[in-house]
Amino acid sequence: MRVTQGAFSFLPDLTDAQIAAQIDYCLRQEWAVSVEFTDDPHPRNTYWEMWGMPMFDLRDPVGAMQEIKACRAAHPDAYVRVNAFDNTRGWETVRLSFLVQRPAREPGFRLERVEAEGRTIRYAVRAYAVDRPEGHRYGPAREQRS
Amino acid sequence: MSIVGAAVIGEAAADEVVDLKALQAETDIGAPIAELERDLIGLAPVKQRIREIAAYLLVARAREKVGLTANPPTLHMAFTGNPGTGKTTVALRMASILHRLGYVRKGHLVSVTRDDLVGQYIGHTAPKTKEVLKRAMGGVLFIDEAYYLYRPENEKDYGQEAIEILLQVMENQREDLVVILAGYRDRMETFFASNPGFRSRIAHHIDFPDYDDGELLAIAETIAAEGEYRLSGAARAAMADYIVRRRRQPSFANARSIRNAIDRARLRQAMRLCAGAGIASRDNLQTIEAEDIRASRVFTL
Repeated sequence: MRVTQGAFSFLPDLTDAQIAAQIDYCLRQEWAVSVEFTDDPHPRNTYWEMWGMPMFDLRDPVGAMQEIKACRAAHPDAYVRVNAFDNTRGWETVRLSFLVQRPAREPGFRLERVEAEGRTIRYAVRAYAVDRPEGHRYGPAREQRS
Repeated sequence: MSIVGAAVIGEAAADEVVDLKALQAETDIGAPIAELERDLIGLAPVKQRIREIAAYLLVARAREKVGLTANPPTLHMAFTGNPGTGKTTVALRMASILHRLGYVRKGHLVSVTRDDLVGQYIGHTAPKTKEVLKRAMGGVLFIDEAYYLYRPENEKDYGQEAIEILLQVMENQREDLVVILAGYRDRMETFFASNPGFRSRIAHHIDFPDYDDGELLAIAETIAAEGEYRLSGAARAAMADYIVRRRRQPSFANARSIRNAIDRARLRQAMRLCAGAGIASRDNLQTIEAEDIRASRVFTL
């Protein structure tokens, strides 16, 4: 199941040239670009790991592309996204966020039903990936420490 | 994209013609070079070199149009010269010239010294240097007093680490940034001698000559005019005299000494006006008189 989070996620994956063009747009808007990664694809997971500091005062996408490539190399089986933060007073928020890498195989989510008081049904969404411990969720099944 | 006359299409037509003048007009390179000629006094060899580089980049572009191989030229430069000969000023202009020629994508200048590149403890230098390089991508990285990067007296100095990272980027990312090293001539020589990698990666060594007396006088008038001051006739003669005397003294720093002299003359002019009749016309307020300059310590020594 293809995870669709952030901008452009219903399009085919962006090429590096397209990513660079998007980052160039962000930099021209004077937004600070940052790179983050995670292996927990739940849509409500807002706490992705930061790959270095947000890159303030960049002028050219090459610097950010270097970081993206370094992050991909270090975490080939993780989701990697680019955030562009607008510090303008009144905005002060992320203005653009999109995936730049996804794991080769995305097993998707299951729906869990829990019976609560009075036989009310509560629903939860759970990624199959998180059944395995952090760092072992995607890619070839590695030996897990007991 | 103007290819002249009959030879319009045809992939590898040997008689294909490129109108260099039109290309020049298109890239708008004339303007920054004309500005350079107008705003900067003297520096003939520097201007000559910049014109050469501009012409070379233009031809490289034309070659690309007709399908000849155009390796991206190496444009890393070293500016050497005595204090106050305009190295930083030219570097700023260089960024804009290279941008208009389409050689660097953004045309900003990131000016750094040793402190910005070299860290204070192990493992601190590489991220710091990389951070600076990331900021400079698409523009010009200007390393002032570059010889401080290398401290031969301390073999544990982290400068060497910064130098290695710099060299690597200068070699592999030539299309992403231009590095300009600047510093005083003799110390840069020692620096290059102990870091041969730098010398071979830098294509353009530009030497900034000292200004002669006439040029310094013209600079004095330009600096005064920038602050909406002007030198009276007698003050100009005094200034010429000042330049001759100042040059013989230690720590003479070309245009920088002149700027300081003008700044001090402005202070004295203010004192003179306040101590005087207390009434100053517009003309009084903007004129520097001979006595403002003659009061300098330089004349008593």
